[in-house]
Amino acid sequence: MDLQIALLIGQDGVTSGAIYALLALALVLVFAVTRAIYIPQGEYVAYGALTLATLQSGALPATLWLLMGAGLAVTVIDGVAAIRKRDGRAWGATLGWNVAYPAVLVLTLSALSPAQLPMALQILLTLAIVVPIGPMIYRLAYQPVAEASVLVLLIVSVAVHVVLVGLGLLFFGAEGSRTAPLWDASFAVGWMTVSGQQICVLAASAALIVGLYLFFEKTLYGKALRATAINRNGARLMGFSPVFAGRLTFLLAAFIGTLSGVLIAPVTTVYYDTGFLIGLKGFVAAIVGGLASYPLAAAGALIVGLLESFASFWASAYKEAIVFTLIIPVLMWRSLHSHGIDEEA
Amino acid sequence: MNPLNPPVLEVRNLSVAYGKVEALTRANLRVGEGQIVTVIGPNGAGKSTMLSAIIGLLRSHGQVCFDGRVAVSPEVERMVDGGMSLVPEKRELFGEMSVEDNLLLGAFHRYRSGERNYREPMAQVFALFPRLQERRRQRAATLSGGERQMLAIGRALMGKPRLLMLDEPSLGLAPLITREIFRIVADLRSTGVSILLVEQNARAALAVADYAYVLETGSVVMEGPAARLRHDPRVLDTYLGLGGKHQDMLAS
Ligand SMILES: Nc1ncnc2c1ncn2[C@@H]1O[C@H](COP(=O)(O)OP(=O)(O)OP(=O)(O)O)[C@@H](O)[C@H]1O
Ligand SMILES: [Mg+2]
Repeated sequence: MDLQIALLIGQDGVTSGAIYALLALALVLVFAVTRAIYIPQGEYVAYGALTLATLQSGALPATLWLLMGAGLAVTVIDGVAAIRKRDGRAWGATLGWNVAYPAVLVLTLSALSPAQLPMALQILLTLAIVVPIGPMIYRLAYQPVAEASVLVLLIVSVAVHVVLVGLGLLFFGAEGSRTAPLWDASFAVGWMTVSGQQICVLAASAALIVGLYLFFEKTLYGKALRATAINRNGARLMGFSPVFAGRLTFLLAAFIGTLSGVLIAPVTTVYYDTGFLIGLKGFVAAIVGGLASYPLAAAGALIVGLLESFASFWASAYKEAIVFTLIIPVLMWRSLHSHGIDEEA
Repeated sequence: MNPLNPPVLEVRNLSVAYGKVEALTRANLRVGEGQIVTVIGPNGAGKSTMLSAIIGLLRSHGQVCFDGRVAVSPEVERMVDGGMSLVPEKRELFGEMSVEDNLLLGAFHRYRSGERNYREPMAQVFALFPRLQERRRQRAATLSGGERQMLAIGRALMGKPRLLMLDEPSLGLAPLITREIFRIVADLRSTGVSILLVEQNARAALAVADYAYVLETGSVVMEGPAARLRHDPRVLDTYLGLGGKHQDMLAS
């Protein structure tokens, strides 16, 4: 292997590493705030990519029906509670977000012809459809067991994952899809050729990471979310409800996942079940950071990305195995350096 | 019944159970506008349980009337929005965050309802506890016990509460700081804050309070104006002991 090939492979590795970093950050965030190991994180990637592909083919994506269905279920549960408490405002908000919003979205999409829209608008619509599903899933699957043990939350995650993959097959079929390129250009930088697609991925990841950093360090809502991760009861006493924290976290996680899907869709053929493997690689990266450290998780993601692309050059049949084997030395190193983690800590 | 002033907080028949064990049984309690009310009692009497139930951290039976609303098993967020604030026994600080961020989060519910001015309350807290200002960039987890106490009280004050509930604010503090804290509690009343104070240090609590309740094994067994309870022989025997005069001095 000469230097040029190594650079090419390295470039590839950094680009996928950027995507894994996003997913790893989402996993760390969800775990810190809700203690759930969020296996379905990868499904947003698939849903995001396939929803965008469907829009580009000119059809209405079936994720819309999931949005409406989940919205109706949330309305029944929360609406009944709001009526019982005679809380008109809560009832209005529930109805607005879970019934009116999906309905407006369906009407808008049927009026427009999505295939003709500019790419940026198609991406915005994809986000508008898939991202709100996140907090709905929190309401339906996680909120009822929010105080349960990590193990119970993990079981819920497995169940949600299985349901979402099944629905993915139903919605999009077994065929994979690709979307139109985000930016069809390439630049020569020294020996390397950098594609517009790679620039898009790196720029979007960097922007998102900086955005998340600013959100958690500089805004009071971000600080409140961190506070919930540190001390749930303390945050409650400040008037910040863990339910709100959970919904906000799942909203952010869904946004990160969907955007990742949009970013990889032009270069990878995405199938209904592609998300799981991508999410799992993000999980390996998150484990490097002990599911607690954002910078370590991001560094772990770069390692995973590079390892994967070099492995596929040398031993492509074993590339997944090689990536997942990384978790063994990491876990050994972690178990030597930690003194057990208190579940409620 | 505590007869003074219009009540800010009125608790009727409040009961709390941990599993099958009842820790609080049909407690009644009132806190008047601008009053300091204290609840004293031995370890395990249910004092902390009562405060947690009033703000809604624990499920309960019975009524909690606050901010013109009658709630059964209240919701924490509602109570906090209504102007109730609890400094819990465990303090529940945000250890990995700076002192300043802890204080800022104390103003969270006001920020959410559009009141974005936190400089003025923060200046007031720093005036009360200059130590916190010196240490405002330090992580809360690395504060000393007394400083943590100050931060917990300061954080509660950042929310400009109408009713401040303090669970053993003198716990583990040196006598001088204890005295300082009780002076601050007395000062707070003059700014219109009503206070519900749970204390082991009964002598100091009765010296500063207007009205007192004695809680034993989950029930209110005695109540009355603090000045009267201070001289009640039963209270004298059980809670004030024969500690001599120096505690009186601390309390003054
Ligand atoms: N989470 C819990 N589960 C079971 N029992 C509890 C729990 N918390 C408190 N208790 C019990 O309830 C009773 C009252 O506890 P509480 O903390 O209210 O007492 P306290 O009056 O605040 O005592 P202290 O002065 O020691 O702080 C105690 O017997 C305690 O063991
Ligand atoms: Mg107590």
